[in-house]
Amino acid sequence: MPVTQRFREGDLVRVREDYPIGHFRTPVYIRGKTGRVTRGFGAYGNPETLAFGLPGEKKYVYEVSFQQAEIWPAYKGSPRDTLAIDLMDNWLEKP
Amino acid sequence: MSNDPHGHHHDHDHDHDHDGHHGHDHHAPPQPDDKVHSYYQILGIALKELLIEKGVVTADEVRAAMEARDSITPANGAKVVARAWADPGFHERLIADANTAIRELGFQTATTQLVALQNTPDVHNVVVCTLCSCYPRDLLGLPPSWYKSRAYRARIVREPRAVLEEFGLEVPASQEVRVHDSTADLRYLVVPQRPPGTEAMDEEALAALVTRDAMIGVAVARPPNP
Repeated sequence: MPVTQRFREGDLVRVREDYPIGHFRTPVYIRGKTGRVTRGFGAYGNPETLAFGLPGEKKYVYEVSFQQAEIWPAYKGSPRDTLAIDLMDNWLEKP
Repeated sequence: MSNDPHGHHHDHDHDHDHDGHHGHDHHAPPQPDDKVHSYYQILGIALKELLIEKGVVTADEVRAAMEARDSITPANGAKVVARAWADPGFHERLIADANTAIRELGFQTATTQLVALQNTPDVHNVVVCTLCSCYPRDLLGLPPSWYKSRAYRARIVREPRAVLEEFGLEVPASQEVRVHDSTADLRYLVVPQRPPGTEAMDEEALAALVTRDAMIGVAVARPPNP
């Protein structure tokens, strides 16, 4: 089954603000935040099913960059500062 | 312990059935002394003992795997960085596909994708795994204990400049601090900037300037000896 790549480099994306129960590789601090896709890394096994010993389907993984001030409103460093994080396609939506 | 029928000491209390084994008792490999094991450490030891008792792996295989893991050191990464500094073609290949590039030096990664992050006058990269302890172990060996600490993992994403200052690194405001949170199958290697005054140095001398912490991004490469 081909792996869906819904986003391209430069696209604005928002991380799903969702708190399901299970094993997820999307840290809570980044949920609901808006960033920009900076590169696509390709398809990787979905940890949400692998964690339970199930094969599951592969998901596309992106590097998404966020302004620090978007994540932490009281951020004290330089306004240039960013955070880049690997996120799976099923956690991203159009803002 | 003194009434142990096998005439030896177990440092934990459970019953092994030693009958039917091949002429010797199974001992857990020695553990660090004076240490209280956590629930998960005990679980890990128990699992290892079961795998050995059931013949899935041998104690020697477990030992050899630990030995192999411990033989990987940051010196491997330093060789990669030094080659990247000395050879622009290799640098290009390293940034494009680090897994393939490091094979030129005889190194390899198992299941993860290595990604090289080049520091520049405009960008300082620093790596963390907020969820656990993802680290380019295949190239650098085991991470330092602080890398796995909750304090580092929680704070480096939130106040990276303050944490870097505690490590003795002041990043100028003109340089973007870019934190990489390693949450998936990617493992990050920071390629520090080549220090000035190193133009005449060969790869071996250059590699001596590249430390583990510089490849995580909490330090810069050492300056050459005057």
